[in-house]
Amino acid sequence: MTDKEKKQSSIDDKLFKVKYVSDEESHLKPDAIQCLVCKSKVCTYICPANVYEWDEENKRLIIGYENCLECGACRIACEKKCIDWAYPKGTKGVTFKHG
Amino acid sequence: MRNKTEVIVVGGGPAGISAAITVARAGKKVVLIERGSYSGSKNVFGGAIYVQPTKEIFPNFEESAPLERKTVSHKYILRTETKTVSVDYMAREEASNSYSVIRSKFDRWMAQEAQKEGVVLVTETFVKELLVKENKVVGVKTELEEYFADIVILADGVNSLLAKQIGLRKEIKPKDVALGVKEVIKLGKDKIEERFNLKDGEGAVYEIFGDPMLGMLGLGYVYTNKETISIGIGISLDELAKRKLKPYEILDGIKSHPSFSPLVKDGELVEYSAHLIPEGGYKKLPKLYSHGVLVVGDSAMLVNNIHWEGTNLAMISGKLAGETAIIALDKNDFSANTLALYQKKLEKSFIIKDLKTYKNVMDIVHDRAKSFLGYYPNKIADFFNMFTAVDSIPKREKYHRFIASIFTDRSISELVKDGFAFLKIVLGVLK
Repeated sequence: MTDKEKKQSSIDDKLFKVKYVSDEESHLKPDAIQCLVCKSKVCTYICPANVYEWDEENKRLIIGYENCLECGACRIACEKKCIDWAYPKGTKGVTFKHG
Repeated sequence: MRNKTEVIVVGGGPAGISAAITVARAGKKVVLIERGSYSGSKNVFGGAIYVQPTKEIFPNFEESAPLERKTVSHKYILRTETKTVSVDYMAREEASNSYSVIRSKFDRWMAQEAQKEGVVLVTETFVKELLVKENKVVGVKTELEEYFADIVILADGVNSLLAKQIGLRKEIKPKDVALGVKEVIKLGKDKIEERFNLKDGEGAVYEIFGDPMLGMLGLGYVYTNKETISIGIGISLDELAKRKLKPYEILDGIKSHPSFSPLVKDGELVEYSAHLIPEGGYKKLPKLYSHGVLVVGDSAMLVNNIHWEGTNLAMISGKLAGETAIIALDKNDFSANTLALYQKKLEKSFIIKDLKTYKNVMDIVHDRAKSFLGYYPNKIADFFNMFTAVDSIPKREKYHRFIASIFTDRSISELVKDGFAFLKIVLGVLK
């Protein structure tokens, strides 16, 4: 495994242990136009669940909202302050068994 | 009126439960709304709960609450990339000051206790917004219905979108929160007690400074539970953003340090979690009340990050808000004027006093993170390296060389700035 692969597998292993009920619709809605001109794309590294990935080919964010741990870091760190961020609906999202 | 109660508490964590049970104990009607499937299901902390403040809400909790281990040992660990310097404070025979707990078990237990005392708990219900009429908060809107109350207590956590909705708090800045990520690792009782030097039921807390966050505003920690250990970090969000770091990679760095990896060897990862910690302190406190509404716990950013205290501030602020609500209900006056009593109670308590004591520390440490959390830890490790080395060099020569190195490593002006910053912290705390 390369270093990069190892790191990817480390976060995948972590996320695999989390219990979720995912909604059909994303509760995280960045403004795609703002994302185009965003320089730092801070959400792509700051998110503890690796939810955001920049798709260079299609010039858009891929949002794995199903893995969201509902911490709110992306909302606060976003340099464009453009993430329409809500908690998932009452029955959805993450359930911590330990916390 | 249908769908009307005396008090609605939004958020079933330690602050919300404490507020609700205080109100219920006075015979008032209170509904506690939790968005998760049970209290604790969305909550994350280090962590330990503290005996004295918990007893203020649950006097006999040690008899029936699901506790993990009684803390007997605190270890403060300073790490460079390859070295470790640590101080271990152990008080085995003393009465316990704190216990490690699992939030999903402990918060759930607290909520059940609250229900026994008359709190109506509603789970899996998300409050979308507050209902505001003529500048007064009059209730909440969930996904399904509108629900009214004389007073709404906001305990909806660090992100408190509800406090923001009514203008009680401003947008949080990245430097005012830390991102916490944590792993719970199963080791089994025997391995935990052996590796952490504990007897049956005893627990340890490790606080880790330095590598892999050398020079950064961040800390690592370990708490021991019955069968598992909790390992995590808290790091300033602006530090992560500035340095383009991934939080889970730092967490991996905590575990893989040469001094640490034997502790977690053969452990099985059972859960990974993340949460924000409000760290702005006194200067960033939001407005704590308005007409018909009070803000408690993390929603009010009540965290003393210097001492890793949060749940205690949450519980006591919840209690004080509950007491204020009772008085307002008795007077039948829910104006900001009456609810201002909550702020006065907070100011008289340790909560605001402690936050005031440390009000300048974070700014100074933010400013000097590289030296306080980078240069000096390295230098301390260098000292021990020099002190323990047996290399046929005369000792006096080595001391002189070490002292001289401090003045050659750093410019005089940096040293003076460090000195002033340190003095400012000490004087600020003690004055």
